[in-house]
Amino acid sequence: MSAIKTYFYNIYHSLLTVIVGMRITIKHIFTRSATIQYPTVKMKIPERGRNRLFVNIDDCIGCDQCAIACPVDCITIETIKSTPDMDLGITSKKTKKRLYIPCFDIDIAKCCYCGLCVWPCPTECIVMTDVYEFAEYDRQNLIYSFSNMTTEEITAAQDRLEKYNEEQAAKKAAATVAVKESPASSTSASPVTPPPIKPAPPTVEPNQG
Amino acid sequence: MEFIQTLLANQVLVSILLSALPLVFIVLMVLVVLYTEMKVAAHIQDRVAYMRTGWHGVLQPIADMLKLLQKEDIIPTKSDKLLFRTAPFIAFTGTYVAYAVLPFSSIYIGSNINLGAFFLVAAGSFVVIGILMAGWASNNKWSLIGGIRSASQMISYEIPTALAVIIVVMITGSLNLQDVTKFQDGGMGNWIVFGGPLPWMQKLMLMPFTLVTFFILFVASIAEVNRTPFDFPEAESELVQGFNTEYSGMRFAMFYLSEYANLFTVSAVVVSLFLGGWSSPFGTFMSGPLWGIFWFVVKAYMFMLIQIWIRWTLPRLRVDQLMFVSWKVLTPWLFVCILGVGLILVL
Repeated sequence: MSAIKTYFYNIYHSLLTVIVGMRITIKHIFTRSATIQYPTVKMKIPERGRNRLFVNIDDCIGCDQCAIACPVDCITIETIKSTPDMDLGITSKKTKKRLYIPCFDIDIAKCCYCGLCVWPCPTECIVMTDVYEFAEYDRQNLIYSFSNMTTEEITAAQDRLEKYNEEQAAKKAAATVAVKESPASSTSASPVTPPPIKPAPPTVEPNQG
Repeated sequence: MEFIQTLLANQVLVSILLSALPLVFIVLMVLVVLYTEMKVAAHIQDRVAYMRTGWHGVLQPIADMLKLLQKEDIIPTKSDKLLFRTAPFIAFTGTYVAYAVLPFSSIYIGSNINLGAFFLVAAGSFVVIGILMAGWASNNKWSLIGGIRSASQMISYEIPTALAVIIVVMITGSLNLQDVTKFQDGGMGNWIVFGGPLPWMQKLMLMPFTLVTFFILFVASIAEVNRTPFDFPEAESELVQGFNTEYSGMRFAMFYLSEYANLFTVSAVVVSLFLGGWSSPFGTFMSGPLWGIFWFVVKAYMFMLIQIWIRWTLPRLRVDQLMFVSWKVLTPWLFVCILGVGLILVL
């Protein structure tokens, strides 16, 4: 008796569940689909989303903090000290720029979008933008160069620095010679010798933050 | 037909032309059904499917077909070459043969034979030979299991189909599908699902039996075309692609075409046996030879929609459940129906 009961119950139950399932699926036919037609319609990305890096090179002071913070070493910064007679301007944060930046390369293919480079920047010049479509056919194209210095400018800056360094070295040599010579000439006359005029330090330590 | 014959005055040419007509229909229908299937599937899953090729992707089925035709035809080295090559064509022939007896309209039927319904059941089981051949010739365990499963499934479900056809034949008194359709002509009330054009007392008594028969035939027809609740021969998650694992290119396209053509055949069988075939559901309104084609295709298309809907709703059965449904549920219930219908018709 119970076998017959289960037989009919199974038929009834399977029909019922089929109808329940089909009611659910037909409801979904008439609900709005969740698909976004991506290349033409784009999803709004979060305001603080981390995507492609951008460097506002005019504000960069070449402090190298972002490169140090980067866990994958995708940032390469080279700097050239500027001579005191050159004025590189100030950043938007009112920090004086003292370094030329001939090379500021970010290998975005290595970047892991952690955002660790953004926080230490004293001038807030390295930021993450909302651009996320930058696929390239050649991997070399993914190395972004942010430096705006031309080769001539770089060589000129290097030449100036070298010349300045030579001048400073010559001055220093002259000063030491003078210091050495003066006690030799008048040993007892003036024991108290004025300290040699120290040359101005060629650069200040870069960190201003 | 008379008109065309006098126009061409060539018997051979006319018969070739008329027998090629369903082929054109199949290709067009398959494109439409492919598109519908993908769209319905996508919307059931809250997606949108093709959107780029043409307006809402209407050209995508054509692109798919062209892609399939261009693909390389790979034949495995260790396979039985002759069987492997012929299997898709036999499967498609089995499907195509069934189109000969489908009454598309009151004036168009490929072959108006007296054993139409019987021929359909026979032709339906012909497809299984192609599938079994493909499974065997591929020399691949998955294909073989798919082919064997297909054979067992088809044989099991032929019986409910045949029994359901018997019930219709008992009511109409004819195996000719054109006669069966003519019997139901004259509005929705005359359809065999609702008891046929009999005196209302008899009709009311027949209705529960015909409804059950209709439902069982529908379930059996889904199993016949190997669609999802019963898609054992090509159960993707179990057998990769079943019998057509090793097929590619044109030959795979043949199987594909055969599957969808078969989908239309079984829908057409259900429609012409139970839902009045080409006859208009509103009596004389919108009825005529050309409207006949329209109604026939629309009704069959509705059935295909329901089959697609079921496909994307229900998960696959277990193999023993498949056999259980066929032998222990559908067949006994049909015996009860045969008994009931016979008693009502005799009394």
